Amino acid sequence: MIQADLSIVLPEIVLALYAMVALLAAVYTGKDKLASTLVWVTGGLMVALAVWIATGGNGSQEAFGGMFVDDGFSRFAKVVILVAAAAVMIMGQDYMSRRGMLPFEYPILIALSAVGMMVMVSAGDLMALYMGLELQSLALYVVASLRRDSVKSTEAGLKYFVLGALSSGLLLYGASLVYGFAGTTKFAGIIQVAEHGHMSLGMLFGLVFLISGMAFKVSAVPFHMWTPDVYEGSPTPVTAFFATAPKVAAMGLFARVLHDAFGGAIVDWQQVIVVLSVLSMFLGAVAAIGQRDIKRLMAFSSIAHMGYALIGLAAGTEAGVSAMLVYLAIYVTMNVGTFSFILMLEKDGKPVTDIDALNQFASREPGKALAVLVLMFSLAGVPPMLGFFAKLGVWQAGVDAGLMGLVIASAVASVIGAFYYLRIVFYMYFGASEGEVEAKGSPVLTLGLMASAALMLIGVVYQFGIDGAAAAAAATLVN
Amino acid sequence: METILLFAPLVGAVICGFGWKFIGEKAAMITATGLLFLSAVLSWTVFLTFDGTTQNIEILRWIESGSLSTSWGIRLDRLTAIMLIVVTTVSSLVHLYSFGYMAHDPQWKDGESYKPRFFAYLSFFTFAMLMLVTSDNLVQMFFGWEGVGVASYLLIGFYYRKPSANAAAMKAFIVNRVGDFGFALGIFGLFLLTDSISFNDIFAATPEIAETQLSFLWGEWNAANLLAVLLFIGAMGKSAQLILHTWLPDAMEGPTPVSALIHAATMVTAGVFLVCRMSPLMEVAPQATMFITVLGATTAFFAATVGLVQTDIKRVIAYSTCSQLGYMFVAAGVGMYSAAMFHLFTHAFFKAMLFLGAGSVIHAMHHEQDMMNYGGLRKKIPYTFAAMMIGTLAITGVGIPLTHFGFAGFLSKDAIIESAYAGGSSYGFWLLVVAAAMTSFYSWRLIFLTFYGKPRGDKHTHDHAHESPMVMLIPLGVLALGAVFSGMIWYNSFFGHTDTVGKFYGIPYAEAEAGGHGEEAAHGEAKDDHGEVAKGEHHYVFTGKPGEGALYIAPDNTVLDDAHAAPKWVKVSPFIAMLGGLIMALWFYIWNPSLPARLAENQRPLYLFLKNKWYFDELYDAIFVKPAIAIGRFFWRKGDGKTIDGFLNGVAMGIVPFFTRLAGRAQSGFIFTYAFWMVLGIAALVTWMSIGGGAH
Repeated sequence: MIQADLSIVLPEIVLALYAMVALLAAVYTGKDKLASTLVWVTGGLMVALAVWIATGGNGSQEAFGGMFVDDGFSRFAKVVILVAAAAVMIMGQDYMSRRGMLPFEYPILIALSAVGMMVMVSAGDLMALYMGLELQSLALYVVASLRRDSVKSTEAGLKYFVLGALSSGLLLYGASLVYGFAGTTKFAGIIQVAEHGHMSLGMLFGLVFLISGMAFKVSAVPFHMWTPDVYEGSPTPVTAFFATAPKVAAMGLFARVLHDAFGGAIVDWQQVIVVLSVLSMFLGAVAAIGQRDIKRLMAFSSIAHMGYALIGLAAGTEAGVSAMLVYLAIYVTMNVGTFSFILMLEKDGKPVTDIDALNQFASREPGKALAVLVLMFSLAGVPPMLGFFAKLGVWQAGVDAGLMGLVIASAVASVIGAFYYLRIVFYMYFGASEGEVEAKGSPVLTLGLMASAALMLIGVVYQFGIDGAAAAAAATLVN
Repeated sequence: METILLFAPLVGAVICGFGWKFIGEKAAMITATGLLFLSAVLSWTVFLTFDGTTQNIEILRWIESGSLSTSWGIRLDRLTAIMLIVVTTVSSLVHLYSFGYMAHDPQWKDGESYKPRFFAYLSFFTFAMLMLVTSDNLVQMFFGWEGVGVASYLLIGFYYRKPSANAAAMKAFIVNRVGDFGFALGIFGLFLLTDSISFNDIFAATPEIAETQLSFLWGEWNAANLLAVLLFIGAMGKSAQLILHTWLPDAMEGPTPVSALIHAATMVTAGVFLVCRMSPLMEVAPQATMFITVLGATTAFFAATVGLVQTDIKRVIAYSTCSQLGYMFVAAGVGMYSAAMFHLFTHAFFKAMLFLGAGSVIHAMHHEQDMMNYGGLRKKIPYTFAAMMIGTLAITGVGIPLTHFGFAGFLSKDAIIESAYAGGSSYGFWLLVVAAAMTSFYSWRLIFLTFYGKPRGDKHTHDHAHESPMVMLIPLGVLALGAVFSGMIWYNSFFGHTDTVGKFYGIPYAEAEAGGHGEEAAHGEAKDDHGEVAKGEHHYVFTGKPGEGALYIAPDNTVLDDAHAAPKWVKVSPFIAMLGGLIMALWFYIWNPSLPARLAENQRPLYLFLKNKWYFDELYDAIFVKPAIAIGRFFWRKGDGKTIDGFLNGVAMGIVPFFTRLAGRAQSGFIFTYAFWMVLGIAALVTWMSIGGGAH
């Protein structure tokens, strides 16, 4: 029995063991000198695991008495998480090592965080949920304050930690309420109790607290306040990481809990999600307009994008979850490209994040500027870029689920949000004065930028089977 | 052969318009012209070898949508064949003429390339016109109809640096839109009733249409009358009939070859063609044809009066065109479609020639168009003078009364006047006779003012007046042949007896049973001397069903025979009118040149009324243009500017930045603020859920 269980969680075990082995090995050998190598090895391992998960295993299996679920949904999320984490980590390697801020712990922390995320999306029990969440979060707190000598980085880590602790508290309080009223921590047990119209007040409170805790992780309004500060303060590669894999994991967990544990009470949580979604979209759009720092801007952008992804969740249907997964995959791709670009920006060897510095960028780097143009249009949701189809998907699901008001609101928000994406393009092409920023960096970054931009266009014609996989994944979650 | 004929001008237009940069200006122009001459030769071959039987040639399928099925096809019958030669002959000659006329245009600086564009437009126009006349269904016809509209717009506005040319182009386009709206409604109506837009189906269904009632706007109407009027509204726009005529004089802003081709010979006659083409419908729509007759006669009269006092040489001819089109509509209105086509055919020759002649004069006089500055040009430009003379003889209808010997206009115009009489429209008859007198007056006035008397304009210009080059004179010569002979040659085909006309158009006919006498056949042969055969004694009647042959003439339509049987005074009346006009013109401009000025002084209100074209433009300006501009301005300033822009600007520059600042302020950087927001959020959510949620 235990052997069967272990074989189901084997990818997680492999990654966790690797992290520990790598930690010990590096400590006793080259330490930071090995960091670059470790980044590549860890990245390679993650990609290998992603391939393994994607090609192996089918159907739904449970391990440890339902604590851990391995199904199509979790596999889809894990593949996205692992690929995104590996890509972002490798992207940042050159940037960090050139500035002497790449400790060998970094890839190991990322790997541990990835293990946490994998557990999150596979959670079948409130305890597994919390364990995955904390494993992920603790690793993230540390990487946020990776630059101990930088006040901003330290501050970011501290803020994240304190607020994260608060949100964990909320989540745990909700979990305990749910346990108290359902008598079990297993999702399979909770769903039998949590039925619409028969939910006790305590159960409802528990649900709201759980949602709040998870909303913090996806940085949905009003639990988003940490995001801009942490994004700005953290080293840029870490910011890029924050914006990608953990978001996928948190959204995956969100969907997992709401459908597996509270699938009978869709009406109850739907309204909460709608509110979170609308607030996130509007705040993300409106607040980003005031930002001059591209990292803060991307923070608000990610808040807004999580709002759009939440539309899919709010729909409460299979199509909605499928649209949400596709949205996340596209979102991650766009962010990989955008952050590749941000990592490249520097002036006299120092990183630049001010958007004014992009003035006239197109006249110096037409190719890169064009790629950024494509990405920005895609982020704004301008057809025919892939970002438009991502939005279209969630809107479709929203309309089918009868959430017309939400969809209209989100269309309005996307119009407002288009402003700041287009402003970047405007600065690049029509900026008044000559900016002095240069786009240097390893070929990996150029590749990331170009490939991501190319995908925004190619994806319109050929989706690499993402749609089908997402639909299959959604089918295993919603029933 | 028909396909080549049809598409050669399009190929020419494309090569000339897009290819001239590669093959050079000259080669491009020669290509376009050469292809048009090819088209013209083929057209004449088709016309002369055509036996009268209707043929349908399908080129390709076009639209399949529900029960709507359209193809690109050619309906080749006599009407088409006539239009083919008219269009391609005039067009090819105008192409040739343009080599000379457009050679040095003061509107362009040296080195600017404008000629290939001009030729491409001309060729494109020709293609669209051919599309219109060869169509076998209404939608393709509408395509051609709009295509010629576009070409006309482009060519009127060809001198795009002149604001007046641009205004005229827009006016032509917009006024035509009004007519096209009626035409489109007519097409919709026919499709509604017959579920088809093909001529064959529609013609076959005309007896039923005549029985149908259709509710439209405020009342119930007879479908045939209603649809005929709607189609005629389209024809009114294109053929510049009263109410929708205002664009045609302004269209003279275009280069003169354009006026000759589009605004005299071809496009403006499309309306007449449409009415003739729809003859099966017209035959069952008596009220509609009455309307056409009255409107046509009024236009003929109105335009002739205005033509009396115009001083711009091209405007005189433009009003003359407008007036002659009125004649054609009268003929069509009284059911004599054949006479309408006859006049269309002859008119194309002499009117194109008059325009080209006028162009030659203008060319000689360095683009001076005011006749008051001409005078005494007879010696300076003798060939042009000869051509203009022939054209004037033709349009005024000079010939020997009671015979078939005369210039083209003599035969065709008299045919129409006789038809009007025979058709029972005394209103039409008298107005046309008076208009004929005026036609004669203004045509001779043009000749006398231009070629006789003393030079009145700039002496330098007059001294340097020169005869036009050969490329411009050859087209004049060819058209002169047409102006002299086309009437006499084809008189019998267009306006002979029932049998010759029937044979020409491919309309079945049979010997009449009633009132037939043994000697009728022999008698009929001698019918050339008009009026010998009394009414009711016609020995042949048309027996074709609607859609058989090019025209449909109902069995009870006896206008053709009645016209031949008209009294002698009727037949002579146009000639008398012509003589009267000529004498008046001689008196006013040769014998007593001070008279016109004195008359204008004495009859000032009348003079101004005519000079200002019956104040139509002013009226339209007050009724339509000004209010439309006011409404447009209102929606622009108040609607778009204040409301829409104001709303968006308010949101984008007031409300959104306000919230942006608010959000920025909320992002204080202090952990306790953030934690406070989180707690506030969860408190609000929990409260809301407990009050409004589904808790128990």
